[in-house]
Amino acid sequence: MAKPMHPTPNLDQLETGPWPSFVTGLKRLAKDKDYMVDVLGHLEHSYQTRKGYWKGGTVGVRGYGGGVIPRFTEIKDENGQAVFKDAAEFHTLRIMPPPGMHYDTATLRQLCDIWDKYGSGLIALHGQSGDIMMQGCTTENVQKAWDEINQMGFDLGGAGPAVRTSMSCVGAARCEQSCYDEAKAHKAVINSFLDDIHRPALPYKFKFKFSGCGNDCMNAIQRSDMAVIGTWRDNIRTDDELGQKWFAKHGMNELINDVVSRCPTKALQIKDAGSVRGVATGDDHISAVALDGKQCLEIDNKDCVRCMHCINVMTGALAPGKDKGASILVGGKSHLKIGGLMGTLVVPFMKLDTEEDREKLVEMAQSIIDFFAENALEHERTGEMIERIGLVNFLEGIGLDVDPHMINTPRTNPYVRMDGWDDEVAKIEAKKQAAA
Amino acid sequence: MAEAQALRKAVECGVPDNDKYMHPTLLKNRGNWKYHDRPRPGVLHHVAHSGDQVWSVRAGTQRQMDTYTIRKLCDIAEQFAEGHVRFTIRSNIEYIVADQSKVDPLIAKLEGEGFPVGGTGNSVTMVAHTQGWLHCDIPGTDASGVVKSMMDQLYDEFKTEQMPNRVHLSTSCCEINCGGQADLAVIVQHTKPPKINHDLVANVCERPAVVARCPVAAIRPALVNGKPSLEVDEKKCICCGACYPPCPPMQINDPEHSKLAIWVGGKNSNARGKPTFMKLVASGLPNNAPRWPEVNEVVGRILRTYKADARPWERMADWIDRIGWPRFFEKTGLPFTKYLIDDWRGSRANLNASNHVRF
Repeated sequence: MAKPMHPTPNLDQLETGPWPSFVTGLKRLAKDKDYMVDVLGHLEHSYQTRKGYWKGGTVGVRGYGGGVIPRFTEIKDENGQAVFKDAAEFHTLRIMPPPGMHYDTATLRQLCDIWDKYGSGLIALHGQSGDIMMQGCTTENVQKAWDEINQMGFDLGGAGPAVRTSMSCVGAARCEQSCYDEAKAHKAVINSFLDDIHRPALPYKFKFKFSGCGNDCMNAIQRSDMAVIGTWRDNIRTDDELGQKWFAKHGMNELINDVVSRCPTKALQIKDAGSVRGVATGDDHISAVALDGKQCLEIDNKDCVRCMHCINVMTGALAPGKDKGASILVGGKSHLKIGGLMGTLVVPFMKLDTEEDREKLVEMAQSIIDFFAENALEHERTGEMIERIGLVNFLEGIGLDVDPHMINTPRTNPYVRMDGWDDEVAKIEAKKQAAA
Repeated sequence: MAEAQALRKAVECGVPDNDKYMHPTLLKNRGNWKYHDRPRPGVLHHVAHSGDQVWSVRAGTQRQMDTYTIRKLCDIAEQFAEGHVRFTIRSNIEYIVADQSKVDPLIAKLEGEGFPVGGTGNSVTMVAHTQGWLHCDIPGTDASGVVKSMMDQLYDEFKTEQMPNRVHLSTSCCEINCGGQADLAVIVQHTKPPKINHDLVANVCERPAVVARCPVAAIRPALVNGKPSLEVDEKKCICCGACYPPCPPMQINDPEHSKLAIWVGGKNSNARGKPTFMKLVASGLPNNAPRWPEVNEVVGRILRTYKADARPWERMADWIDRIGWPRFFEKTGLPFTKYLIDDWRGSRANLNASNHVRF
């Protein structure tokens, strides 16, 4: 039995309503833990005064410089003593989950046991960077909890100016739209940067995210400095049986309104079965799926940008091709300091089938992080650095050739010194000839 | 022994392999799935090229979970599913079963224990959110409380698939926006410059770093009452709060003047149009803990309007793209104020450089 509860009239109101209540969970913990009694008191004080009262500090585990988020109470009495003394320290351990956030129950139970023993009993699944957030631990218990969690085979995630914990979608494990093995790429990349995760020494944070297709379920384009987003080069695959099944259920109106007219590049057309282009007509970039005996949906894969919409609507009837891989985008971030940025495409396509392919991905990540470490200003994200120095300087720095896939449009102003034009044309010609 | 334990060196093992955690049918068919469908809201049915099938039952959680709740979710996995779960990016739990007959009893058990089954397809799924007053060092509000209030209101929309397309929500407790882009986001918007405790600045803050952090160069070093401190040009200040994390004596949070704003039309997916940033459409909403009724009123109004007016497969951004911003404000009844006209860098791209007008 724990000490008596503080009155929590505000938090009590968050126990009503049908959605699962975190307050009810905290109160259950408070039955046995003085720690949680005071955490609830602390939180209620925030609700009453509408302010936060945790400050940071320095708490860590042996050998690492990050991964623990220290929190000390700022609610003090006139003598400088913590008002909620059992919750004076409320640190979080960020733990990197398995890619795709798969668990067996034994693992979750073991994490719970450790956290009941050393921590508050509060675990967030998961934080916004993808960590298992073991929330609420005293300074004294941080190392003890870490020792047991580490012995389970888990490692601390990133915090501060470091490579951060990553996320990958469920992907190949369960999704037919997956274009590479997200979990393997995730693990290969992140486990190559453990020193940069555990010992923060970069200009600012650096995030990787791995999405298996353009639906980008991990929000990689906007939430990561280096986004690996799946795509494919060959034709959309089709299944006539599933196509006819879809059409029988949904009909022509839905096909036109929801599929054909929503294609962003007008790559879809409805054709009579006899007039579909294909290998026979010298068009090897055409996919066609049967709708009924008479008509087909024809896709010109040269025009298709792999946006995923038609595949989302007609799942199974349409599917990504077989020559799969990923695009790489660099520089996504949120508002601070110059405003939100989407990632910019810097590699239209790379294969990610083999260990060797993934090694190339790691090498590219390494060259980007090296350039970032050398060239970014303090507290400047990769996207801000590129904004400041220009994409071309960044590409030259990491050894990538320019490519028209990287732009929406060419330059719309003449304000650039161009006396190197002939040299650049000559270089491109020389490369073409060398490749031929 | 105790001493040996105390000297243990970290095993820098990194991200663990997920093979040993995932459901055996997933492992067996990894990279070899053919298609999926949704037999009912909250259930995904995946079919592999091998002919194997799995059903994933998705349920909402409170994200900030106590160990009793996690153990209860484990009990359900062991008694009604096959011992394997995973979590989505929006803190929903998924139970994966290879035996269809387990689906209905599993749903009944989850619902019986208070975990709503849903969050798939064209539903309003769980809110991606931040830490707030519970744990963050700079929060303007408590995301967990805002989210609980919102999801209570949107409970039926989580459990059904009646929206035009999926609806992703986020909340963030400061303008850093850790909650991320979403179809609709609730984000703190400060409206007054920081209040500076000049006694503490010199000891607590690395002053040049704080000066550099300001997006509008409104902060400069100054001597205040004989002490080295910082001062803010309040005419330039945009009240973003960027100075507060590196310098806690520059308090930006204010019980009255830290408001909540609503943003719409963010989309990370490449489906149809390219990914989009969300746009600020409403502000000045009070930080009215513990249930934030004013925020919920606007959220509900926007979502109801979208639900009634958007066509199938239109995300929030696609819908507004079709009907135009004037009609968005007309239909939602939200006031269009001068603050919604962008004047940040690149803002000209957000002005209407055409005579495209919908009448």
